[in-house]
Amino acid sequence: MPWALVTPALLWTLVFFVLPFIAMVVLSLLEHDGGAATLANYRQFFGNPSYWRALVNSLEVTLTVTVISVLLAYPFAWILAEVVPLRLQRLALVLAVLPFWTSYVVRSYSWLLVLSENGVVNRALTGSGLLSEPMQLANTRAATVIGFVHFFVMLLTLTIFANLKQLSPSYRRAAADLGAGPVRTFLHVILPLTLPGIVVGAFLTFVLAIGDYITPQILGGNNELLMPQLIMMQIGRRGDFPLASALAIVLMAVVTLAYLFCARWLKIERA
Amino acid sequence: MRVLAKLLVSAYALAVYGFIFLPVIVLVLFSLQATSFPIPPFTGPSLRWYEAVLADQRLTSALINSVLVALLSSLAAVTLGFLAAWGFARYHLPRSGLLRGLITLPLTVSYLIIGMGLLILFNWAGVPKSLIAAGIGHVVINLPLCFAIIYSQMGDHQVNIERAARDLGAPEWKVLFLVSVPVMWPAIFAAFFLSMTFSWDEFVIAFLLTRFDTTLPVEIWNMLRSGLNPRTNAVGSMVFAVSIVLALLLELAFLRRRRQ
Repeated sequence: MPWALVTPALLWTLVFFVLPFIAMVVLSLLEHDGGAATLANYRQFFGNPSYWRALVNSLEVTLTVTVISVLLAYPFAWILAEVVPLRLQRLALVLAVLPFWTSYVVRSYSWLLVLSENGVVNRALTGSGLLSEPMQLANTRAATVIGFVHFFVMLLTLTIFANLKQLSPSYRRAAADLGAGPVRTFLHVILPLTLPGIVVGAFLTFVLAIGDYITPQILGGNNELLMPQLIMMQIGRRGDFPLASALAIVLMAVVTLAYLFCARWLKIERA
Repeated sequence: MRVLAKLLVSAYALAVYGFIFLPVIVLVLFSLQATSFPIPPFTGPSLRWYEAVLADQRLTSALINSVLVALLSSLAAVTLGFLAAWGFARYHLPRSGLLRGLITLPLTVSYLIIGMGLLILFNWAGVPKSLIAAGIGHVVINLPLCFAIIYSQMGDHQVNIERAARDLGAPEWKVLFLVSVPVMWPAIFAAFFLSMTFSWDEFVIAFLLTRFDTTLPVEIWNMLRSGLNPRTNAVGSMVFAVSIVLALLLELAFLRRRRQ
């Protein structure tokens, strides 16, 4: 009886997740036109600077996005949790994450509207006389970063808000009793206590952003490629599944490294 | 000093709200544009682009496909997830931790890689691209989520109710359908609607695994090739509206749970 309950889910995961992964590993060790086992695909990635560059671009963009998102979201979550009156908090939070529910494609398209040459931002800047000519905003790395930050500010606001609400008010009272002002209380009590939550949120941001294809493709264009774009190019235009598999495995390795790097802080939370 | 601090705090909060809502407002506003470019100045309001979208057969059939894939894949994911959660929570199975880890593992892998792996597998097995293939992919991404949500809500207090039912002579299937499912209803409901929103919005798996008959996000992607267009704004606004309704249902499910 118990095995009959858990077997369907296990079987599904084995057939449609583990098996494809094994197929990908095997494929990454084959030559493009079938043939013998080889490390050529990995050698091609590490030997070719333009492929290598995609990984560097991905890391740069993802780290920039993670840092900016945390810096923007923390004060915002703090305001929602501490300044907004209690009965309005739920409404304020629901409003703050409402656009979170737009689909990836639609959200990126909306930013394209905002940032395009004749878009709202450029019209506002030229109309007010701050700029004489419209700026190139779409199809740049900045556009990719803006699109990502928009999504992850909402995600991080949610996680940091939850974190701040879980803190017992007695910590703050104790700090005040011991003579600490609001700034010292924040720096020495609140911030360290919410740090594990920030690390979890930042890790989530890193993982989701580095694997995303839509945002860089729609907003960044093809001027510079990120890893997911490079992978899709191998599949779509060239049909080179072995190389695409090797690239995907490199990307998974990077995420695993990031996890190991964060694991130290991810554990603190359980203590 | 105090007034200044308050002013700064309000300005900051308003700025972030503005940043969060800017693209949505621009999207919806220019979906009501009367002329053919979704850029300032605003010439509407007009509903002509919504009429154009509803008259477009490719889009309406993609919409129906999306709803079907979301409904059926979420139903499958929530069923598999619930059964597994029930099994792991109620019985002592060998290597339980390892197996539970296996079921939740897909959560850590990007959709692009899951979609690509399935594409390679289906190519080898000779399975053609189809909506069913995309649906299978959506079950892969949503099953771990459904399992994790439902498993985390299976407390010990429910065991006693189930035991009482068995003592009163209920066979196992009756315990499952007349006791466990109704008791777990809020978690099942939440898992189902979260799966629906994720499947409804998912692009890259559907893009890789479907061909002619496809889902709405892929069809919107195809529309992007023609550049900025108020028709895209109109479809995007409609997709957004559906997502909001699903999110509100989800919120209701969580609220109900909290009150119980």
